[in-house]
Amino acid sequence: MIDNIGMFFIGVGLAFDVLGCLGLVRLPDVYNRLQSATKCVTLGTCSILFGVFLASGGFTETGVKALITIVFLVLTSPVSAHAISRGAHRSGIRLWEKSVVDSYAEDNEGEA
Amino acid sequence: MIFGRWILGTIVLLVLMGLVIALPFRSVFFENNPTHIGFVGRVVYILILASLMVLFRVTRGPTAADRIVAIDIFGILIVGLCAVLSIATGRSWYIDIGIAWGLQSFIGTLALSKYLEGKSFDD
Repeated sequence: MIDNIGMFFIGVGLAFDVLGCLGLVRLPDVYNRLQSATKCVTLGTCSILFGVFLASGGFTETGVKALITIVFLVLTSPVSAHAISRGAHRSGIRLWEKSVVDSYAEDNEGEA
Repeated sequence: MIFGRWILGTIVLLVLMGLVIALPFRSVFFENNPTHIGFVGRVVYILILASLMVLFRVTRGPTAADRIVAIDIFGILIVGLCAVLSIATGRSWYIDIGIAWGLQSFIGTLALSKYLEGKSFDD
């Protein structure tokens, strides 16, 4: 029973992974690609790890390591995404020409 | 001709998903090869498909930031693959490989984004 619930979580995570990578191929801009790929792939991988935690039978050795990896991914992935987008905007990569607003350029003109 | 490109992309994606779903049942199509791979094999095939999409963005990225994003996403996919291999083989040290890979990918992404920003590392 609990193996089937774990397989369900692994399947949901795989769907999120494939759709996030499809957005990484499909979308037109660096920032759109970053948003699609980072959110979808982080949630999908956390779902896969939670499915591994359930399918390995609860608090065994594998399950506890999977929970630690979930905490690690949730802490580190937004930090790296923020650093990439900040560096890309500082290095002068332009937005897509149909983008509506650029709040980072309106807030500060280059400093801080 | 953007409508034709949409149709072509849909056909390519459906063929790839059909191959991924049909490959574990290879014993149906080839009688003398009775290998049945099962659930874990199908998971690994779908992760390989996602990794091929990521590697397409690594090779064809117009700017350097696209390549850095793709490398970061590739590292997170590797963590999921290590977890699935751990449940397949029943050995818990595959998740250790995943944790170490995620840590290295995080530090490497931070360093590359600092390099992209154009400042020194101790800023």
